Amino acid sequence: MNRTVLYCCFAIVVLFLTVPLSAQQAPATNPSMTAGSAAQTSVSKDINDKLAQLDQRVTAAQSAGDNAWMLVSAALVLMMTGPGLALFYGGLVRRKNTLAIMMQSFAMMGLISVLWALVGYSLAFGGDGPIIGNFSHAFLRGVGVDPNPDYAATIPHLTFMIYQMMFAVITPALITGATAERMKFSGTVLFMTLWFLIVYAPLAHMVWGKGGFLNAAGGRFPCLDFAGGTVVHISSGVSALVCALYMGKRIGFPKQPMPPHSLVLSFIGACLLWVGWFGFNAGSALAANGLASSAFVATHLGAAAAAIGWAAAEWFKNGKASALGAISGAVAGLVAITPAAGFVRPMPAMVIGLVAGLCCYFMVTRVKALFGYDDALDAFGVHGAGGTIGALLTGVFAQEIVNPIFGSGKPVGGLDGHWSQVGNQLVGVLIAWGFALVGTIVILKITDVVTGFRASEEQEVDGLDVTQHGEEAYYLES
Amino acid sequence: MMKLEAIIQPSRFESVKDALREVGIEGMTVTEVRGHGRQKGHTEVYRGREYTVDLLPKIKLEMVLPDKLVNVVVDTILKSAKTGKIGDGKIFISRVEEAIRIRNEERGESAL
Repeated sequence: MNRTVLYCCFAIVVLFLTVPLSAQQAPATNPSMTAGSAAQTSVSKDINDKLAQLDQRVTAAQSAGDNAWMLVSAALVLMMTGPGLALFYGGLVRRKNTLAIMMQSFAMMGLISVLWALVGYSLAFGGDGPIIGNFSHAFLRGVGVDPNPDYAATIPHLTFMIYQMMFAVITPALITGATAERMKFSGTVLFMTLWFLIVYAPLAHMVWGKGGFLNAAGGRFPCLDFAGGTVVHISSGVSALVCALYMGKRIGFPKQPMPPHSLVLSFIGACLLWVGWFGFNAGSALAANGLASSAFVATHLGAAAAAIGWAAAEWFKNGKASALGAISGAVAGLVAITPAAGFVRPMPAMVIGLVAGLCCYFMVTRVKALFGYDDALDAFGVHGAGGTIGALLTGVFAQEIVNPIFGSGKPVGGLDGHWSQVGNQLVGVLIAWGFALVGTIVILKITDVVTGFRASEEQEVDGLDVTQHGEEAYYLES
Repeated sequence: MMKLEAIIQPSRFESVKDALREVGIEGMTVTEVRGHGRQKGHTEVYRGREYTVDLLPKIKLEMVLPDKLVNVVVDTILKSAKTGKIGDGKIFISRVEEAIRIRNEERGESAL
């Protein structure tokens, strides 16, 4: 005990003596103090070493905390594709197409992961061009445990890379909702490969990449997209609509009933999506910090309000609140809150969710019927529409107090009085729409020539499980 | 020997079975079936798309009986299966030529 006190006193005395020295570059020394100052210098060196060590340890501790959260987040986002989306979509199709639609999601977990490591990551996050990255990180060259300060200074570069990979995996998988029950597997593989390279990677670079012209931090049109409203949901949703229009309706649509074969599967899938979305949105803080908590809360409240919105609209319209309506609403809310999650406070998050729940209900039940396109599982109605609503409302509700992205004290969104941000959001939305639209049409043409896109009539009637994969989801006789 | 087929509401099945046991009927074959007579189906809505479900789930009981039991069984089913609403089902009775017990090749009513 005495010894500790002694050390403390010594440390304080030394600190008093050395701080002015080191801070003021050691004023001219009195010859009579020379012997004493030599001793002081060696002590001050010790202290500086200790401080440097301490600094290193603090950095290491922060990195450990951030890295733990980001690895969990990456795993959560992967869980959204499989089993989350696979189950959600799997339950909504007819029994004969269950495995095929699940396989389309699972195939992305294989295909896009590999493509991401080969070139995708580099195209999205390499270099600093306005439109697309470069090949500097191709084959994951230069991606190691040292952080990449351009994107996330506290986590290993590898963690950032694998986290972003999971976003790239789920995005094309979302499109399969529109083409469900009639797209052949070879066409899916080719289409998704091209779509990932031509649409996803550049768009991710434009919005999130260093130097990207829609990047909120320093882009020509600073577009706020916290976790992928434009990059993930608008891009996949709009492409889904183009695919649905290009492919045409399923045989028998809309006369023949095509009810979901198992809402239980969809229910589990939707709940897994909800949980996984915490990794998607709160993880987009790229650190285990207050912003992550803020995004987590906004995400949850957005989903909850949207589930209520959709279910209430249905209750009002049909006299019954359905389970499918509630889970669809929750997903729509999660989509809409995605771009906003790290910019808005909890109450605005609920408003965004509620608006998205009501609008997406309207899109899926009315607008789809009005135009008669067969967006089989409503990839456009939920992701395209929800993503667009969310991106625009982000411009309205973003606040500097949550995320001072434009610098301390600078207004962010409409609530801060910076209404022109809504205009920036609109630019981002229009570019994402246009880019996805044109890119998808081109890719569809190519796919159609090379492998074909749509299954034959006979295959469609017999079901994609048997005709594309040679198996059945439910072999009840065995 | 008579064959009796009764198509009843699934919700009445347990009480029909209990009532038949009380009058001493043990053997029956039960199938879950779908169909409709005059009863209209119901509407289901999935994301705004309405489907009319007109084939409704029913239970079909089949039993082959000695002639003397037919009236008792019919009365029992009528009493226990009736809810008074459209959709309660129907009973069909037909004559059976022969019955053979596979285990010991007994024939006729003693095989029942």
